[in-house]
Formats: sequence, structure tokens, C-alpha cells
Amino acid sequence: MSVVTDTVDWLLDADHWSGGGGVPTRVLEHLGYTGLTMLGAAAVAIPLGLYIGHTGRFRSAAIGLTGALRALPTLGVLTWFTLLLGLGLTAPILALVLLAVPPLLAGIYSGVESVDAQTVDAARAQGMTEWQILRRVEVPIGLPLMIGGLRSATLQVVATATVAAYVSLGGLGRYIFDGQARRDYPEMAAGAVLVVALALVLDGLFALAQAGAQRSARPSEHRSAATSPTSSSPTT
Amino acid sequence: MTWAWDNRSVVIDLFLVHAWLSVVPIVVGFVLAVPVGWYASRHPRLRGVLLSGGSILYTIPSLPLFVLLPGIIGTGFLDPLNVIIALSIYAFAIMVRTAADAFTAVSPAVLDAATATGYSSAQRGFFVELPLAGPVLLAGIRVVRVSTISLVTVGALIGVRNLGSLFTSGYRRDFTTEILVGVVAVVLLALLLDALLVLLGRVLMPWSVDGPGAVGRFWSRLARRGPDVPAGVAAGGGRS
Repeated sequence: MSVVTDTVDWLLDADHWSGGGGVPTRVLEHLGYTGLTMLGAAAVAIPLGLYIGHTGRFRSAAIGLTGALRALPTLGVLTWFTLLLGLGLTAPILALVLLAVPPLLAGIYSGVESVDAQTVDAARAQGMTEWQILRRVEVPIGLPLMIGGLRSATLQVVATATVAAYVSLGGLGRYIFDGQARRDYPEMAAGAVLVVALALVLDGLFALAQAGAQRSARPSEHRSAATSPTSSSPTT
Repeated sequence: MTWAWDNRSVVIDLFLVHAWLSVVPIVVGFVLAVPVGWYASRHPRLRGVLLSGGSILYTIPSLPLFVLLPGIIGTGFLDPLNVIIALSIYAFAIMVRTAADAFTAVSPAVLDAATATGYSSAQRGFFVELPLAGPVLLAGIRVVRVSTISLVTVGALIGVRNLGSLFTSGYRRDFTTEILVGVVAVVLLALLLDALLVLLGRVLMPWSVDGPGAVGRFWSRLARRGPDVPAGVAAGGGRS
């Protein structure tokens, strides 16, 4: 299996771990795009999701809209935006935000909705304002599902940021497309391995965060419920 | 839109190739996930392992998987088989959780009744559990359809021809019309496949009036004589 050893050699080559095109730089770029996208998506999805979850208003509109957004092929949106807005960061980040909003939004409002109606009524009866109910009751209890939404949105963005290297973005996808242009399969495979590793590490971190939130949200049942939330599979 | 008309033979050809590249993984993923999900629903200890395994598979990004598969299984780099296998893995990873949930939700009393009536274990699985899990399985396959059709387009980046080729070619030629035609065609394919799945569900499960489908929802809502169930109630009863 020379392909495997070639890939391992590529990964172990010290030259590939330093400088502008080195692995650490590419990883940071990749994480930077992901972070920027998630900030943009959070600015839209968190207020909207909390509002929909708390009031129950516009719920079917949100489901319909996110369903329609999910059907859009990201590669098409990515290339289209880039032709319209030109090369640079704006077009790919906008396309990635469009991709990240549906799962994040769904996670936020289903988190708020997962809080028992009686619990909310009890908080209201104790004289909490709607804002206090949201902040002190609904968000802490719904947090595991919300982190679940954040988790699947982030992982989709990490995956698609790789594709965005096609429209001249940096990040780990560069190795795949540069390797393809040079017919250098080990470089492509090494890039692919690095993306997979990054995704698995991030997923693991989110799983830990989710389990932590689960423990503080429902301390009494944390043993049985720790495995339950459906994280990466698309939830509607 | 004259471009789409002038190039209709190419677009239709890509549409059919795309449909083939999407339907095969959906079917393969479904056929593999149903028995595994059924097995997981019977063995709670294995259930956790199988479901987290599926979730890890689903975490692997698509483009890297397309790139790595030729190195792992020895297919040609441009072989559409890479895309089909990768997307079957994703379809399986999503469906196995849905299938496990669907079979777990079948009431034990119904299973006991079937056994008491003389059904063997295999007969019971096929004639009792599968039909009762059917509506949830259908909902799962409709979710898989969306992601699969969209992910096929990524295959165009490694040279596998499908509607995504309209994106790469339109991008290279700085021609937005071609990209938009591709987006519309992909969305149309997703809608068409969904309509087929709903129809198939109607034919195979005529009893599930409350099944997915807009018409079914409309009738059941009318029967309950009210708008949507209040959010709190619906969420409270949902997850277990």
C-alpha cells in the first residue's frame, strides 16, 4: 500500500508543518472561517430561535424556511455568490452562514420548546418576567439541545469550508485542490485526513460540552439521559 | 433561461445521472439500516455502540471521504462508485438511528399479541414491526433524500459528472445562469423524489392517514378540529 505510506510520509514531512502553506496555518485558517461563520449564524439564529421557542410564533414559517434552505446545494450557492461578489472572504462566508443557520435555529427553538410547559408556568406563577423565564429557566434546561444544534451546524461548516477552497479560500481544503491540480494524490489524501481529524476532534469536544450541559440541566437523571440527544443527524 | 433550453439534452442527461447517483445510496443505506436498526432496538447495550458509530461516520466530511475512498478500496479516482459508496455510508448513518427509534417505539403489547397469535419471530418482524415502524422510516428516508441529493453535487469537484458539474463549469466560465439552472434542477429533483416517496408511502401504508404528507396532515388536523398542537405539549410528549 504505497498510497498509505506516501500519505504518512507527506504528513510526517517537517516542510509541510511550517510557513504560510503549512499545516498549522491551514488549520488556523480553517478554524477562523468556521468561527467567523458561526458568529454570523449565531447573530441571526440565536435571537430568532429564542423568540420562536419562547413565543411559539412563526414556528411553521421557520420550519418551512429552514427546510427550503437545506435543499439548496451549498456548492451551487458558493460558486454563485463568488461570481456575484467576487473573490475574497465575503461570498464563501455568506454561503456558509446560509448553511449554518438552519441546524442552529432548529437546535435553539427545540431546546426552548423541550422545557416542560408546567415548569414555565411555575416560573411565571412565582412572578418571573418573561425575560427572566427565558434566561433562568428555558435556556439552562434547553442548553443540551441547543449545543446539539451548534454541534451539527459547526461540523457542517467545517466540512463545507473544505469545499470552499474551490473558490480560492485557504484552509485545509487547499491541500485537496492543490494536490488535485498537481496530480499529487498523497497531498490530497493528507489534506483529507487532516479535515477528518479536525472534524472528529471538534465533534468530541462538543459531545463533552453537551454531556456537561445535560448534567447541569437535569442533575437527577444525568446517568440515563447522557447518551440521548441526537446531535449530528439532521433534526427537523 | 434560453441557455437551459438550448442545452436541454445536457441538463436532462446530468439530471438523470444525478438521480441515479442519489437513489442508489438512499436505497442501499435504507436496506442496510433497517435490519441493523431493528437489531439495535432489541439489544439496548449494542444500541449505544451502533448509534455512536453511525454518528461518527456521519461526522466525516464528504469531500475528504470522496478523496480517501480510492486509496482505501482501490477504485479509480474518477469512479462514480466512490460517490455512491460514500453517500451510502451517510444514508446508513442517518437511517440507522431513525430505524432504531422507529422499532423501539413499537408497543410491547402489540408484539406480545402477535406472539400469542402464533407469529414466529421473523414473521412478527416482517408483518407487524416493519409496517408499524413504516411511517417513521419514511420520515427518515425523506430527510436522507435532501442531504444525499445536495452532497452528490460535491462529487463534481473530483470529476464525477452530475448536476454539480453545472456549478463548476459555470464558475470556470463566469456564467451565473448555468449555476442557477443547476440549483433549480437540484431542487426540482429533491421535490420530485419527495413526491415519489410520499406516493410510495401512501401505496404501501394506506392506513397511516396521520403519516407525513401535506394531505395527511391536513386531514388529521381537521379531525382534531384545531390548529397545531401547542409547542410545549408537542415537545413534552416527543422525546423519550
